[in-house]
Amino acid sequence: MSRRKEDPHAEFIKGLWRDNPVFVQVLGMCPMLAVTNSAINALAMGGATFFVLVASSFLVSSLRQWIPRQVRISTYIIIIATFVTVTDFTLEALAPVVHKELGAFIPLIVANCMILGRQEAFASRNSVRLAVVDALGMASGFLFALFTLGAVREILGEGALFGVSLFGPDFEPWVIMILPPGGFLTLGLLLLFFSWLRERKQRLAIRLEELEAEPK
Amino acid sequence: MNGLPEVTTGGGEPGSLRLVATLSLAGLLSGLIIVLAFETTLPTITAYKARMLREAVFNVLPSVTSLKRLVYRNGKLVETEDEQKGDQAIFSGYDQNGRLVGYAIPGAGPGFQDTIRLLYGYLPAERKVSGMEILESRETPGLGDKIYKDESFVSGFRSLAVDPEIRAVKKGKRTAANEIDAITGATISSKAVVRIINEANRQWLPRLEAAQPTVTGD
Repeated sequence: MSRRKEDPHAEFIKGLWRDNPVFVQVLGMCPMLAVTNSAINALAMGGATFFVLVASSFLVSSLRQWIPRQVRISTYIIIIATFVTVTDFTLEALAPVVHKELGAFIPLIVANCMILGRQEAFASRNSVRLAVVDALGMASGFLFALFTLGAVREILGEGALFGVSLFGPDFEPWVIMILPPGGFLTLGLLLLFFSWLRERKQRLAIRLEELEAEPK
Repeated sequence: MNGLPEVTTGGGEPGSLRLVATLSLAGLLSGLIIVLAFETTLPTITAYKARMLREAVFNVLPSVTSLKRLVYRNGKLVETEDEQKGDQAIFSGYDQNGRLVGYAIPGAGPGFQDTIRLLYGYLPAERKVSGMEILESRETPGLGDKIYKDESFVSGFRSLAVDPEIRAVKKGKRTAANEIDAITGATISSKAVVRIINEANRQWLPRLEAAQPTVTGD
């Protein structure tokens, strides 16, 4: 994990897939579980987080020479909180309906540990370019995860996607899926799926090594 | 662009003054940006809220084509479009012949999670609620949000007697004209809506009767 060579492509893919903040690092669970009861909410939340993370990473990385180590966390929080507040106002002005749906969860992005984590672990020690690429990757990974969860829950819990009914009026929605337990259930199954994928890949790699090492 | 794993601030520990200065500067800049964003978006947000409020008036009062804004000042109802802070405002709705149909009254109160703001129509001639629309709420998605998503709950407010006061009863147990079926699984939110309307009624109905004694006559 500690490659120090600048490889923007790898940094992006890392966030989107290999170190996906939700499915692999299991970070930012609070908004994850709370707002993914429909695909559109998940997308809006993902979008807001996307903007905050990329903007914060950019600023933190640009200012990394001037922020004293002792007060770095407080400074990061100030930066993140500023972007979150701006996002909150902008969303309320531009998309009041979505803003109404998301309610308290937009202000709560401040407390998303994934965002603070990226500042401390990456943006504060890497060039602006890499920090932005890393943020783009992580934010896309978060968006992807939120959307997957939101879509699964909306399809099963309401029989619809983006509010468009999929199975007709005879479908009995699994109400539990859009309630909090449904979030845990779906997340658990998705985590299981991603662990299985990872393990399978490792097993394959080992098999391949064994085959190559085998004498003729 | 050196990509060092550790941030170095150029030799030695920085003094407390530097730390305080950094945080103050960050706070100051952050405050400025937030105020700027607030000031820029405020007109759009208030305009949207005002528009939604007026649109809602047409939804809660039947066959209304025009409306006036009434403000309660010094014990009297005054018709004015001029908005002032702390105004207690309602809307009166008129049909195409200019006859008063009823009033649209905003109300607010605590719900299950946060304040619920709503608007309801009131027909003084029949002493009935003629419709209810939720303007703002943060009730639990899937349960409490049925106070505006569940059509059968919302339609229960289309003709609802206000005397002696509105009561939320268990679904299917509705027997009287002043009772409404609560939503299964969202009793608290349903009762909150009813309580908000009852409270607004207690506040506004005496004022309306005092101001417009002729309306109830015909």
